[in-house]
Amino acid sequence: MNLTLKIWRQEGPDAKGQMQTVEARDIPEEASFLEMLDIVNERIIEEGGDPVQFDHDCREGICGTCSLTINGVPHGPDNGVTTCQLHMRKFRDGDTIWIEPFRAKAFPVVRDLVVDRSAFDRIIAAGGYISVRTGSAPDANGLPIEKDHADQSFDAATCIGCGACVAACPNASPMLFVGAKASHLNLLPQGKPELDIRVLAMVRQMDAEGFGNCTNHYECEGVCPKEISADVIARLNREYACASVKEGVA
Amino acid sequence: MALDAKIPSGPLQDKWAKHKRDSKLINPANKRKFTIIIVGSGLAGGAAAATLSELGYKVKCFCYQDSPRRAHSIAAQGGINAAKNYQNDGDSVYRLFYDTLKGGDFRSREGNVYRLAEVSVNIIDQCVAQGVPFAREYGGLLANRSFGGAQVSRTFYARGQTGQQLLLGCYQALEKEVHNGGVQMYPRTEMLDMVVVDGHAKGIVVRDMQTGEISSHAGDAVLLATGGYGNVFFLSTNAKGCNVTAAYRAHKRGAYFSNPCYTQIHPTCIPVSGDYQSKLTLMSESLRNDGRIWVPKKAEDAKKNPNDIPDSDRDYYLERKYPSFGNLSPRDIASRSAKEVCDEGRGVGPGGRGVYLDFRDAINRLGEDAIRNRYGNLFQMYAKITGENPYKAPMRIYPAVHYTMGGLWVDYNLMSNLPGLHVLGEANFSDHGANRLGASALMQGLADGYFVIPVTLAVYLAGQKPGAVTTDAPEFKAVEEEVRTRTKTFLDIKGKRSVDSFHRELGLLLWDKCGMARNKAGLEEALKKIPEIREEFWQNLRVPGNGTNLNQELEKAGRVADFMEFGELMCRDALDREESCGGHFREEHQFTEADPEVKSGTTQPGEAKRHDDKFAYASAWEYAGKDKPPVLHKEELVFDTVKPSVRSYQ
Ligand SMILES: Cc1cc2nc3c(=O)[nH]c(=O)nc-3n(C[C@H](O)[C@H](O)[C@H](O)COP(=O)(O)OP(=O)(O)OC[C@H]3O[C@@H](n4cnc5c(N)ncnc54)[C@H](O)[C@@H]3O)c2cc1C
Ligand code: FES
Repeated sequence: MNLTLKIWRQEGPDAKGQMQTVEARDIPEEASFLEMLDIVNERIIEEGGDPVQFDHDCREGICGTCSLTINGVPHGPDNGVTTCQLHMRKFRDGDTIWIEPFRAKAFPVVRDLVVDRSAFDRIIAAGGYISVRTGSAPDANGLPIEKDHADQSFDAATCIGCGACVAACPNASPMLFVGAKASHLNLLPQGKPELDIRVLAMVRQMDAEGFGNCTNHYECEGVCPKEISADVIARLNREYACASVKEGVA
Repeated sequence: MALDAKIPSGPLQDKWAKHKRDSKLINPANKRKFTIIIVGSGLAGGAAAATLSELGYKVKCFCYQDSPRRAHSIAAQGGINAAKNYQNDGDSVYRLFYDTLKGGDFRSREGNVYRLAEVSVNIIDQCVAQGVPFAREYGGLLANRSFGGAQVSRTFYARGQTGQQLLLGCYQALEKEVHNGGVQMYPRTEMLDMVVVDGHAKGIVVRDMQTGEISSHAGDAVLLATGGYGNVFFLSTNAKGCNVTAAYRAHKRGAYFSNPCYTQIHPTCIPVSGDYQSKLTLMSESLRNDGRIWVPKKAEDAKKNPNDIPDSDRDYYLERKYPSFGNLSPRDIASRSAKEVCDEGRGVGPGGRGVYLDFRDAINRLGEDAIRNRYGNLFQMYAKITGENPYKAPMRIYPAVHYTMGGLWVDYNLMSNLPGLHVLGEANFSDHGANRLGASALMQGLADGYFVIPVTLAVYLAGQKPGAVTTDAPEFKAVEEEVRTRTKTFLDIKGKRSVDSFHRELGLLLWDKCGMARNKAGLEEALKKIPEIREEFWQNLRVPGNGTNLNQELEKAGRVADFMEFGELMCRDALDREESCGGHFREEHQFTEADPEVKSGTTQPGEAKRHDDKFAYASAWEYAGKDKPPVLHKEELVFDTVKPSVRSYQ
């Protein structure tokens, strides 16, 4: 198939960017979206141009490295998949496809379609963990956990930290990401002792990074490649309110 | 140089305890003065960084991804082994040790493997305490599943995302230490060389992948946890960025490389469908429980619609050749058999490199719903990638490169022959011999990082004066200069071909000559061709842009340049090893009808034939300089507890 691509090009963090039109010729429909870009880049290189820079690694939907906003939708038109799992048979010969980075103030562009998502790491560093020193753990079966709780915790733990939720949100809010981590840990008995400090620290770090706040648009839920439910946001809000009150009293 | 593995003396089951007891400790006030450089933030590197920081060391940790959470460990699916015996089915540390040693075809060290089995139980405790949501039973206790090469149920799992959940636990522990100030994390920073001062590894030279800046970092010890080199084949189940650069650069600075020819080819992956393809996707081996593998009997039927081929014209070759194991034959056998039938022209799908994995009979017997319940997510993944409906037509599968058992040589303390350099996880060679059992790589990475290196690193550090070497040493300037020149060379070639085109060419050659089956003539041919490809690479490569911003072509060029040299080492090792063992299958060395072991029914024709009298060693190759053949050293493997025998699957 032949396609017309409108791709965001930007030399570096401080450079001005613009959309560039690139023709993609003879793309097999079995190819993945990223393989389509590989083919396009191969031709650009042959012709002496600068290939398009885009993030990727595992190419099987689990590492969270790939990004791309495709025709205005983070990770593109297919449901429950990342960009690397999107295949060209989802498009038609002759289509024009708009390809942009995950945009947010807290995700500055590094080059072309590559953005800096290190703010997510700093949110986790602020409190997204259970403090347990290596070697100090009790026997794993010493603490039975209700299967339901374990399963719910797991559903939240599947977050791959890609940032699509931020890119989709009109406020660039990472509440789905933060909520997913909070639910993962707070639903487990091991996570209870640090629950309050965890949610306070993560939310404060989120604000400090320049992310916006959630005003219930729920675009995030729709684009999440792991289909994490916005319920985690509601839970985080409750936990945050509760922790703030306790902090005020203390 | 004689290779001393430094295995502690005494009975097998006491070695690790004795070693821990006898090892020197570093006092807490002194730990703060030591800087430890860790390259890699996967299970091995991440676990080491978090733990060493908890102990009080100053840690600098590097990875090429934009976040340590994205290391390739994230992609592991099936599970992690541990000798917990929670199922009360007779498991024990000894049994896990034995299965792993035998699974590795008696090409690993007893002492290391026993220690691995021992600490496996601590890993599960640690991960659960961190909040890793392993599968549970209704009673709230941990669930287990069975994996290949074992008769007990000892594999812990988190749906099909075990690696992800383990790595997130590890990453969170790492970030906790970043927050506490013990770990300085350097993401998007690639190690391009190692620095040796007075015979000790004392630092690295890295490139900031965002700005192109090349800089040095000095430390009291260097830990490499940089993963496997499966991507030398271009197509593999590994992430795109996986590379051999860190390990190979260390090799060129004096570290021995062990068993580079041991690679694991996984039998059930989605086949290559065209030249554009960039990676291969693993389909869980569990599918072979209900799927039947076949190809047409006649080559002319290979292009037909499979549903139109009657049973009488199908060759269920695994069931035919291995009646007792059938479709559940071991990984290496299943992989090689698929290659054979495709070589005969009976392969199916584009390019004729595929075999059918057919659920028709299982669906007829159990119903589509039952199959959906068991394998729904895998069927969906297959449908997304291929656009075909596996409930209606058989899946097509083909073996793919998956894991590398070879790696840098290390002793019991995980230290290389080069003092100060320590190697962890898939990057070292130590525990899996010639073949790794499923669910054992995650175990090894975490064992090395959480439990082994925190003890054994002190053995080296106790003899070192902290902070004695800084980046002011002339050695750093010299290596930095070499790295700059090399980077500039890539940019200055301005030839016609892309990095990928060379990588594909090298990968195809290696897959063909040093893949599932190897022979002398093929390996010799590869050894002749690789230098030719390399020569053209250095003449005709095109890396656009400059080195002062994010430049993915430049990154790839460096990695492929190292693969170009490393591929040759693999072939050399495969040529030297005149036997078959585990993942290394030399066509000249297989059992035939004439062998007594076949007559007695211990094994079958076509099985790998070891030669313990000559090859019960780990190879350890020393870099001897440009255009000079590497020097082979041998670590003889000693078996005090288990007598090596013919691996039997009957
Ligand atoms: C698809 C798939 C499924 C698997 N499933 C299982 C399973 O079910 N059970 C099991 O036990 N094993 C499984 N494995 C194997 C297992 O996942 C790996 O062997 C293991 O995770 C490797 O961990 P590691 O820490 O050694 O390396 P990795 O996780 O690969 O980490 C390497 C680290 O090194 C860094 N790095 C590399 N080179 C450089 C450089 N030059 N400069 C800076 N940083 C660098 C990377 O950024 C990364 O942080 C699977 C493997 C694959 C491919
Ligand atoms: S590249 Fe890993 S999720 Fe897409």
